[in-house]
Amino acid sequence: MFEGKYVVALGERDGVPGPAIEEILTAAGANVISTVTECFV
Amino acid sequence: MSTNPVVKAFAYLLVHTPDFVRYGSKPHRETGIDPDLHRQIASHLRSFEEAVAYPPNQVFLGNLHPEDLAAIPEPWWKHPVKQAKANGAYGDFVDQEAFYGFLKAADLFDLVYLTPKFTQIVSNRLKQHHLSIPQDLEKLGTGKELDKIEHAIEEQASLPLYHMGELVGSFQRHHEEDASLQAHVLMENLMTKASGAIAVRSLLRRAGYTPDDADYLISCSEEAVGDRYNRGGGNMAKAVGEMCQMRFATGSDTKAFCAGPIYALVHGASLVKAGVFENLVVLGGGCLSKLGMKLSGHLKHDMPILEDVLGGIAFLITPDDGQSPVIRLDSVGKHNIGDGSNQQDIMKSLVVNPLERVGLALSKVDKISTELHNPEITVPQGSGNVPLNNYKLMAALAVMRGEISRDDISRFIEERGMPGFSPTQGHIPAAVPYLGHAAEAMEQGKLNTALFVAKGSLFLGRMSQLSDGMSFLLERNPGLSYEKKA
Repeated sequence: MFEGKYVVALGERDGVPGPAIEEILTAAGANVISTVTECFV
Repeated sequence: MSTNPVVKAFAYLLVHTPDFVRYGSKPHRETGIDPDLHRQIASHLRSFEEAVAYPPNQVFLGNLHPEDLAAIPEPWWKHPVKQAKANGAYGDFVDQEAFYGFLKAADLFDLVYLTPKFTQIVSNRLKQHHLSIPQDLEKLGTGKELDKIEHAIEEQASLPLYHMGELVGSFQRHHEEDASLQAHVLMENLMTKASGAIAVRSLLRRAGYTPDDADYLISCSEEAVGDRYNRGGGNMAKAVGEMCQMRFATGSDTKAFCAGPIYALVHGASLVKAGVFENLVVLGGGCLSKLGMKLSGHLKHDMPILEDVLGGIAFLITPDDGQSPVIRLDSVGKHNIGDGSNQQDIMKSLVVNPLERVGLALSKVDKISTELHNPEITVPQGSGNVPLNNYKLMAALAVMRGEISRDDISRFIEERGMPGFSPTQGHIPAAVPYLGHAAEAMEQGKLNTALFVAKGSLFLGRMSQLSDGMSFLLERNPGLSYEKKA
């Protein structure tokens, strides 16, 4: 379902980090153009 | 007798700084966009008495324990502690008037201008303060006339300083072109120095030490002291030591985002164990940039702006004295570069692996202290309950390891965890707010082991996508008689 889609991966410190999102979505065929993890505390 | 170093003394500090909320990173940016926000901030600030009576602050200062907080109905800000004291069992709550005095005393470059009238008020206040020294009063001077202060604000990019909403001074830059020496940066640094020094003075008093007794300081504060050629050059530790008249000490800084205090304690304990230093102070001064960080959530819910305080911490590490709680250096947990950054991997590195190494199951350690952010500050902004989420993850790991059943998750969290009670000052909530409570409980024979776990958001500096963290086990000193155990 992500084949050919462009994705910005925004991760969260205490949740799912950006690189993990990138890895999953890349495996699902997405083109991840930016990955970042933020801290909300 | 154990060969591991001990935490011989500790001190905690809160500083009420409502008129500095405007200079927190978030409010400073937002008021630049919407000046009307100043009015909303002013109407949601707390008095010193309200901040003192706020239950989580009383826990931070040791007048209440975390289990007492769990029994107080929420919202805590609507349930003030009756007859709350500013002098805590573990440290002090300093009011803004006194803090202006300490701030000016920390200023060696004429960065802080205070009016003559306010200088007199501050001087009188500082004379009465048990953590001030005669050298502080000498540095206050006689003040700067109001017209000079107004000129500095209008013509020299100085920042106005307020007390109870009234203009009382200004904060100067120290270079026209150097971004690292602008007023806002220097204000942040000087507030860290002043609050760090108050915490260390309190520590020395509590330990029965003179300033001459300590030989090294490590600062884990959140600031970046330096100039344009060396941003973050550092050594806040030595500057704090100087303000505390510690003639025979030197120091350095340890930075690791919010995990800084755990790194600093492990580094310090290692230096003591190696015999390099004997009386080592780990300190953290307050962080201006975090003031008002979650104010949007607080204003939205029409509640007080709870991030109106600076925090401070100080710990004295010495060789084993046969009494004080032991830092088990063989238990240090670290998040390796190759460990992965998902939460399960992080917790395995910081919680499971170190405990396994010392032969303790996750479900057998008496208490686990994680990042102790006060949820009443974070939840209204949508940032969640940080300690509770961490405890849930640890409990889930215990279930996966077959140590407890799913039905035991709540009990695991209740028995080994605690509610968050720390101001959201970045490094300050990093598990160590519980260290004083743990030390007291260990001395009384009520606690044998406590794991201290902190994570750091390394990725925020944009040099790595990695997470970070470190942990260690604190243990009741084997030298204490077990007959004392309750």
